[in-house]
Amino acid sequence: MITLGLLHSTIRGDEKLLLQAAKSRDVEVELIDIRTQLFNPDTYKVNFDVALERSISTVKGNYAIRFLEALNIPVVNSSEVATICEDKFLTSLALTTNNVPTPRFAMVFTLQQAIEAIEQLGGFPIILKPSLGSWGRLLSKINDIDALETVIEHKDVLGGPQQKAFYLQQFVDKPGRDIRAFVIDGEVICAIYRHSPHWITNTARGGKASNCPVTNELSEICRQASHAVGGGILAMDVFETDNGFSINEINHTMEFKNSEEPTGVSISGAIVDYCIQVAKKR
Amino acid sequence: MQTTCPTCDAAVVLPEGTEVSEIISCSECQTRLVVEAVGENPRVGVAPAIEEDWGE
Repeated sequence: MITLGLLHSTIRGDEKLLLQAAKSRDVEVELIDIRTQLFNPDTYKVNFDVALERSISTVKGNYAIRFLEALNIPVVNSSEVATICEDKFLTSLALTTNNVPTPRFAMVFTLQQAIEAIEQLGGFPIILKPSLGSWGRLLSKINDIDALETVIEHKDVLGGPQQKAFYLQQFVDKPGRDIRAFVIDGEVICAIYRHSPHWITNTARGGKASNCPVTNELSEICRQASHAVGGGILAMDVFETDNGFSINEINHTMEFKNSEEPTGVSISGAIVDYCIQVAKKR
Repeated sequence: MQTTCPTCDAAVVLPEGTEVSEIISCSECQTRLVVEAVGENPRVGVAPAIEEDWGE
């Protein structure tokens, strides 16, 4: 029997679905609260065949992944994938260098650089995001130079070092929705539309989910994007544009509990199945 | 399983299958609670505040 080490901090509805899926597949689960672990390579005892990283804290999760990989334990997702996907700038770079359509972007560190970069990206409005962050927090749609000056001054004065690296992204005027595609090992298993009259469509910010048909075009761009960031279990945020699909961001510890019902797909089951595959390859 | 909310002392019922570290809300005062223990002596505490690196 395969034992799955489920690395977690708080247990969300997503983790409960994963526990049910594992149980129905006769997969034993060891719940590992990473906040209580002592990651000392001389003393750590491993009682599982594969680890699934589900920590809500990116920093702690990344250390846990690196630690277990150093002990030759396979982790889903790998540190390679996590390192790219946790950082929006690195994700954009990976997509661009692999010729995957994505909104234009730049990283700058000063107001003057930001003004120059915005001109290069096509002008206002522009999106300014923390390179590290989630759930649509601290995203700014900046419509003019006055707002730009204000946001950057606030970040300069109040922010930590990470907040003073300004990731700028071309604003994409969405048709009241975007797409979240759930991708496992390069294959789109299902997708949802996230509807919102607001320019931020995250379901964590009130976006409503409905099923999105998986077309060949969507499958193909997601396959390419998966390859660009190293594969594994991914949730891709996709824009519909006049020139076709464009990958906005990629999440490597995705939340999915509200997407199983509209899609009719057991995302949790697919995740556990993928972990079983990884364990068997070991 | 039943315990009490650390904020308002209301009864908090933990359904079958509740896991340690699960986040729930107190039905009386709406405080976000974290399950600290299950079984014979269930216990909940105030859930940790959302931190900058939390997310997907």
